[in-house]
Amino acid sequence: MRPSVPRVQSLKVYGAIAMTLPQDWALYEVFVRAKRGLDHKHVGSLHAADAAMAIEHARDLYTRRQEGVSLWVVKSADIVASAPEDAAAFFDPAEDKIYRHPTFYDIPKDVETL
Amino acid sequence: MYTQGLLEAPPKAASAVEDSERMAHFQARIDAEEKIEPKDWMPEAYRQTLIRQISQHAHSEIVGMLPEGHWISRAPSLLRKSILIAKVQDEGGHGAYLYSAAETLGIARSELIEQLLSGRAKYSSIFNYPTPTWADVAAIGWLVDGAAIMNQVPLCRCSYGPYARAMVRVCKEESFHQRQGYHAMLSLARGTPAQQRMAQDALNRWWWPALMMFGPPDTASQHTALSVRWKIKRFTNDELRQKFVDFTVPQAQFLGLTVPDAQLHQDEDGHYQTGPLDWSEFNAVLKGNGPCNAERIAERREAHAAGAWVREAAIAHAAKRAARAVA
Ligand SMILES: [Fe+2]
Ligand SMILES: [Fe+2]
Repeated sequence: MRPSVPRVQSLKVYGAIAMTLPQDWALYEVFVRAKRGLDHKHVGSLHAADAAMAIEHARDLYTRRQEGVSLWVVKSADIVASAPEDAAAFFDPAEDKIYRHPTFYDIPKDVETL
Repeated sequence: MYTQGLLEAPPKAASAVEDSERMAHFQARIDAEEKIEPKDWMPEAYRQTLIRQISQHAHSEIVGMLPEGHWISRAPSLLRKSILIAKVQDEGGHGAYLYSAAETLGIARSELIEQLLSGRAKYSSIFNYPTPTWADVAAIGWLVDGAAIMNQVPLCRCSYGPYARAMVRVCKEESFHQRQGYHAMLSLARGTPAQQRMAQDALNRWWWPALMMFGPPDTASQHTALSVRWKIKRFTNDELRQKFVDFTVPQAQFLGLTVPDAQLHQDEDGHYQTGPLDWSEFNAVLKGNGPCNAERIAERREAHAAGAWVREAAIAHAAKRAARAVA
């Protein structure tokens, strides 16, 4: 099976200069672990021809000042997200379950170690 | 500021067609200082205003690499050269953060780049001035990046999440830009009489264009009100300009340089009042008739054309690697 190759758009002419405008390389989301012991955190996105280039670009773009010790890149198209318009219906079932929080329980003051 | 061209294309007023209930919810969220995120419903005028503002800001960062980039090979020492490379690289990074933020609003990167290269897009008028001496590089860091910081710090609280987050990243890096510029200026100001003259000459040429970076006076600014209501803009052009003048005049005095404004004086409240700005010059530069408008775009196009083979090779290489992985 041959992998699909991004197409190169037709020539565009600006004055005397002809140039190709490639279609955008794939969009990748970038996650940086700032130091060992911390989660990877989303920092932004970039375009790259492939994953290896995305990692190199992520290094140049998001860690020029030692902001990270580890990088993840994920194709944006591969991220599955909850829908903002459904957020209320989707997250509200947790709203009335206040007994899930420790502060729900009134414990007599005499019990000092709880 | 970096988006002065907004002036010429005021957004359509929030259309009455827009669902008023969703509109009210949107505005309530903004009033409560909650962020708007990419997939949220937003009025079309909000989206278009942001696309224009963020992309113009991005274009300014990219074009802004050119006037200083010319000095990388001619920097006066290896250290200054390393600093300048790092600074120019940061500006490229700022452009990339901002293009990414603009893309979350539903416009493709290639479309944004096309807008810049075709000359349809605006970028900050400040980058259409020439940099004939090393002192210009120092003056840009001190004044241009200084003015940028003044404008960009409030943008870190902009209502649109991706723009605000990009600006936090940008602002962290801008302080280095301004300080290295002032430091280079200080070296010249403490140098030989010829170096001092060079520093003064650069200040003379950059002072007024730097003040104009904040955009036209509030009395002539058409759509500040909407941008303020949507918390895209937090301060008016004149407020930010005044703050910049108040910060910068003492810095010039410390350098022993003279601000090129015979009418400059301090009022009773301690604020510095400048003489009138020549807005006809600003408008001419914005319209494309500045000293370097044509040169800058030509250079961007050339760089883009010269890089075409690299982009094509990268695609071919990626395809080959993927094919090998499949085999
Ligand atoms: Fe910048
Ligand atoms: Fe900068």
